[in-house]
Amino acid sequence: MKPILEVKSMTMDFGGLRAIDNVDLSIEKGQIVALIGPNGAGKTTFFNCITGIYTPTHGDIYISPNGSEDGKNERINGLKPNIVTRKGLARTFQNIRLFTSMTVLENVMIGCHAITKAGIMGAIFRGASTKSEEKLIVEKSYLILEKIGLSKYVDELAVNLPYGAQRRLEIARALATDPFLLLLDEPAAGMNPQETMELDELILKIRNSEGISILLIEHDMKLVMSLSEKIYVVDYGKKIAEGTPEEIRHNPVVIKAYLGEEVDA
Amino acid sequence: MTAKQELKKSIIASVWFMFLTFPIMVIKVNTVTHTIDWRWHNMALVGIGSFFLSMLWRYLLKKKEEGGKKEKKAGLSFIQRLLQEKQFALPGIVIISIITILFPHIFSMYQTNIMTSALIFVVLGLGLNIVIGLAGLLVLGYAAFFAVGAYSYALLNLHYGVGFWVALPIGGILAAFFGILLGYPVLRLRGDYLAIVTLGFGEIIRLVLENWNEFSFGPSGIKNIPKPGFLGIEMSMQTTTIYVFYIVVLLVVFTIFVINRLKNSRIGRAWTALKDDEIASQAMGIDKAKTKLRAFALGATWAGMAGVVFASKTTFINPASFTLWESVIILCTVVLGGMGSIAGVIAGALLLILLPEYMRDFGEFRMITFGAVLILMMIFRPGGMIEDVRKTYKFEK
Repeated sequence: MKPILEVKSMTMDFGGLRAIDNVDLSIEKGQIVALIGPNGAGKTTFFNCITGIYTPTHGDIYISPNGSEDGKNERINGLKPNIVTRKGLARTFQNIRLFTSMTVLENVMIGCHAITKAGIMGAIFRGASTKSEEKLIVEKSYLILEKIGLSKYVDELAVNLPYGAQRRLEIARALATDPFLLLLDEPAAGMNPQETMELDELILKIRNSEGISILLIEHDMKLVMSLSEKIYVVDYGKKIAEGTPEEIRHNPVVIKAYLGEEVDA
Repeated sequence: MTAKQELKKSIIASVWFMFLTFPIMVIKVNTVTHTIDWRWHNMALVGIGSFFLSMLWRYLLKKKEEGGKKEKKAGLSFIQRLLQEKQFALPGIVIISIITILFPHIFSMYQTNIMTSALIFVVLGLGLNIVIGLAGLLVLGYAAFFAVGAYSYALLNLHYGVGFWVALPIGGILAAFFGILLGYPVLRLRGDYLAIVTLGFGEIIRLVLENWNEFSFGPSGIKNIPKPGFLGIEMSMQTTTIYVFYIVVLLVVFTIFVINRLKNSRIGRAWTALKDDEIASQAMGIDKAKTKLRAFALGATWAGMAGVVFASKTTFINPASFTLWESVIILCTVVLGGMGSIAGVIAGALLLILLPEYMRDFGEFRMITFGAVLILMMIFRPGGMIEDVRKTYKFEK
């Protein structure tokens, strides 16, 4: 099996500041991978580089959507965010970024933008193909909402949703783009234990039923340890460890990064 | 707040107003006799007036705050509910069509002319609504596209004898081209910055038209622009006026149809998404540059077509018809009516153009009223007269 996402020695500089320093990462098909690290370690910057918001200074990002050995590798450095999404990488945001003036269903419908193509003329004349496309979008969005468990909010404005539901809506919206890899930026931030547990189930469900691989940034260690099959730890932009949850739990370097060094009296 | 505090606040307000208006309301210098008339009764009037107005003001604000909490649940206003009722749609359309068809036959030519101008502004308002209401791009130089349309008809007719019906789409296309021309360099800008750049663009177009004598005949403008023809039939003054009125009505209907379709389409949703959050919409696969340019081009197209109609209606154009003031009026129709709401923009445009016409007797007070209405709107109905309601979708399994 070839990794579906392979990041090779990626570096990102902002002026004199090296936010990401020579980081490698790879994700296999169907894997749930976590990216953890203290605040300011460069995790979100890492996401932004992969999804095209920033162009990495050095290094390569390759994708191979179906993960088979003969499938071709595609380099996605420096592509625009909307192109990256079309290639099958969908993301959510750390600070919720929903379309506040739109309804919940419309938010998910926007997610279908990448996989539909009606233009101005299609919109004005509303021919058979546009009509069936619209119908498909509504149907698909509704089904996604049902799966995520938000179907009771369909016509509600997105801003009026409770906090946990807003986070789930972000995931629903990302799923509508038909991704092969879902990048979740702190999906459990601000959630209560009950909501976090539901999120845990949801992520597993997405992976198991759709075969979508997941890369997640998270501070909730319980969630990370229970979900992920592989963990990458970054600190000050450098990768300091990688391995299974069990290995990471006992890694002295990781413990040092999180808790600081012991000082002899 | 207790009644005592309320009284105290109102008294302070009235004293402050008496002080502010003292020089203009009380002192009057009689230049003939070199004496000063002290008009103390004016001061009393200002004092009492502002006392009660400030009471009323705070009462309304309070009511609005209480209403705001309730409204979240109750939701829509009377007009919004009326517009959503399916059973009123057909009778409503029939009544409005009968009124518009009969309008020029019932009212005088003067009234018909005023109505035609108002409807041209309805088209402009709806066009700008694409750019501002749907795509959230604050454009302040919209009259420039209006000018492009008007001048393209006037000049094409002058040099090549192009008729109205051929010029109508050409004017629209040329304006769209200018829309893209303006849109391309300002793709990265939003909000205030975009407003300033577009304002500059509007002024550039006006100044070019004013100063490039060889091209546009400068401030003296272009005259004898032919009115629209109908299969080459000679028409009297009155029939032409009515004919132009119907053309504008058709253009309005066409505009409403197109914008309604656009609003509830993939493109329309992409515009709204871009308005709400650019980064998130890009992460959803929306091409920011393409989507924004489409909004600019489409918005400009309608201004261009309205320009062609305007030139044929007035038969004379000069740069004075396309100043910043026109842009501001069009912007106001959109904001006052309700951003993104088609019914709102129509109501706003009719109100803003017709009221000043009928209030000519009040002369300069028009501007004060205009400003006051805008301020009051922003405080009590920030969403506009008829606020936009998001479409809900039905889903059957």
